[in-house]
Amino acid sequence: MMQVSAAQERLLRAKLHRTGCLIRKETRQIVRDPSSIAIGIVLPVILILLFGYGLSLDVTEVPVAVVVEDPSPAATELAASFRLSHYFDAQMTTSMTLAQERMLSRKVDGIVRIRPDFSRLLNLGNAEVQVLVHGVDANYARIIQGYARSAVGQWAARRAAEGFTLATGPVVVQSRMWFNEANESRYFLVPGLIVLIMTLIGALLTALVMAREWERGTIEALFVTPVRTDEILLGKTIPYFILGVIGLVLCLLAAKFLFYVPFRGSLTVLIAASMLYLLVALGIGLLISSAFKSQFVAIQITVLVTFLPAVMLSGFLFDLQSMPVLVRVITYVLPARYYVALLQTIFLAGDIWAVILPNMAVLAAMAATLLVLSYRATRKSLA
Amino acid sequence: MVDAFFRVLALTRKELLQIFKDPRSRYSLLIPPILQCLIYGYVATYDLNDVPYAVLDQDHSAASQKFLAALDGSGVFRRVANLNRSVDVKTTINERRALLVVQIQPDFERRLLSGRQADVQVIADGRNSNTAGTAMGYIGEIVESFNASWRKEQGEPNPPIRLTTRAWYNPNLETRWHMIPALIGTLTFIQTLLLTGLSVAREREQGTFDQLLVTPFRPVEIMAGKALPAIFVGIVQATMVLLVAQLWFRIPFAGSFITLYAGLIVFLLAAVGMGLLLSSVAATMQQAMLFSFLLMMPFALLSGLTTPVSSMPMALQYATLINPLRYAIDMAHRVYLEGVGLDLLFPQLWPLAIIAFVTLSGASWMFRHRLT
Repeated sequence: MMQVSAAQERLLRAKLHRTGCLIRKETRQIVRDPSSIAIGIVLPVILILLFGYGLSLDVTEVPVAVVVEDPSPAATELAASFRLSHYFDAQMTTSMTLAQERMLSRKVDGIVRIRPDFSRLLNLGNAEVQVLVHGVDANYARIIQGYARSAVGQWAARRAAEGFTLATGPVVVQSRMWFNEANESRYFLVPGLIVLIMTLIGALLTALVMAREWERGTIEALFVTPVRTDEILLGKTIPYFILGVIGLVLCLLAAKFLFYVPFRGSLTVLIAASMLYLLVALGIGLLISSAFKSQFVAIQITVLVTFLPAVMLSGFLFDLQSMPVLVRVITYVLPARYYVALLQTIFLAGDIWAVILPNMAVLAAMAATLLVLSYRATRKSLA
Repeated sequence: MVDAFFRVLALTRKELLQIFKDPRSRYSLLIPPILQCLIYGYVATYDLNDVPYAVLDQDHSAASQKFLAALDGSGVFRRVANLNRSVDVKTTINERRALLVVQIQPDFERRLLSGRQADVQVIADGRNSNTAGTAMGYIGEIVESFNASWRKEQGEPNPPIRLTTRAWYNPNLETRWHMIPALIGTLTFIQTLLLTGLSVAREREQGTFDQLLVTPFRPVEIMAGKALPAIFVGIVQATMVLLVAQLWFRIPFAGSFITLYAGLIVFLLAAVGMGLLLSSVAATMQQAMLFSFLLMMPFALLSGLTTPVSSMPMALQYATLINPLRYAIDMAHRVYLEGVGLDLLFPQLWPLAIIAFVTLSGASWMFRHRLT
């Protein structure tokens, strides 16, 4: 009895030793190759800074030309409400031609036109304010239209308060945005960024590294050594797993101390969710590399099935509900969708188990399936 | 001179054979761009067409029914729950069962009939504040038209002022019209950068680069032989995106094709220059790929593709000045949607020409100096 367990122990120790050696070799390879460090550490830092400081869907100080063709007090007052709004950088003019020239050369992104008959029509109860926007960036243009509507609305409300008969309403919307009262786009961009970085390190880097071993034939050289398939996989994945964790920690620190994104859930849940997603990403990377065995094809496929979906089809930027049915069906097999839901909830809403548990369950199932599949794929190619 | 021409031609031919002979690399150059184009065209939009919402109607009156009918009839809002207690609002939003909760106060109808202002509370899930903001904007528009029809029925006068809006170049403000022309630049940029970066790195990794060096080729000729096939592939891909835009999404083309292709060639020279410069730094294919990825991400993010350049902080706006993609996207929009001619493209063309000149001469310098 004792002897058997001693033998088992020896086997286990040898196994651990072999895996440890592989991990050491892989880690050295990462540390010595500037490109792995570039993707594993430098790119996350660049992305954190870009997402936190550079990208913003919040628009302020939109350059607009305000064309006042009517010198009446009402028109001047309306123009002033554009000039005073911090959403606009209003440039006053009296010439529509000049304003159009400025828009053609994109010095302004919109034109507000108050026509010569404005005050006359206002007294008749039929005045019109014209807003022209440069529509090439449709989203931006819609925001400008919305700002213009509220600037006119504020002016109308002020006039109503001053006793002019100017009915607003009767129904008035009182809106509140939960979890993000100040409407900061950073609050959802930074959690979304974590998804991108985990995908980048987990899937892309792993796929590339394994594909290189296949392409160069060095993996076959590994197969003739005493190391086993599971040891190769562990030795390959553990260093990248650790790199992923470093990326996660960097993001969390930046979210808290640089960008002050609120964190309302618990850290344990966040880490558990991230580990699961990282395992899924690693599994995809391993599977793709063993299926295609070429670095160029592997990177193309990985970008197509992991990175782009993480940006486009995860609900990180674009609303899933508004996508065509076919695309929406596809999103259900993409792990990023579940991770984005988890991160947004844990960061901004808190530990809401009705959201967390189902999404975690899907990720866990995906991780298990993918790891088994990649184990099989690696072993099968051996024969 | 003629000899040099034939040498470059031979190298170009060999490169093209290498790219298109392998079926996997052939498909990976052709299929992903078309797929991406379709996906971006359908998905990359901030417009909403299905917003699940819940109602807490504390009034249960004819007026509140009418108000909710206006929401349900909009084609955008879909009622998923009728709540009875105000505590349900919290769980509905928290558990993401609805994006919005519309709450109507008990005195809604009474206030409306007595000519007073009636408030409607709208609570939105701000986890994606952009989506929530857009949905609120839609509610505002629906309320405005509800107000107008209510006043009309009650015989009250309309407010004496109205806002009319019009958009240049994109009358219905479709995000797709912004996205797809931008892809002409983005997708070709990604591919040409990868292709040139890899082709030199592959030769270097496999040792065939040294063989090239002992042939009569001069470094400039090797460079031209690497650059031309990539430009050719870039033009083919740009054409595919253009075809998808025209034939599938039917986005009207306002400019001239000659202008567009002339601009594209200048842009591709800049992109190829970057790729070659990158490959002269990279020692292996893996490094070439990772470095090009490292370059591509900031370029794509700082190009105006997803967020407007003018909303970025000043320092980053200056950084976009060396970004060829930013000019390419500007150019594609200006030619495709605004229909400007070559003369007006000058502000985009000269920076691209400078980038092309600097990167190409830098790459050829690096070529020579890494060889010795």
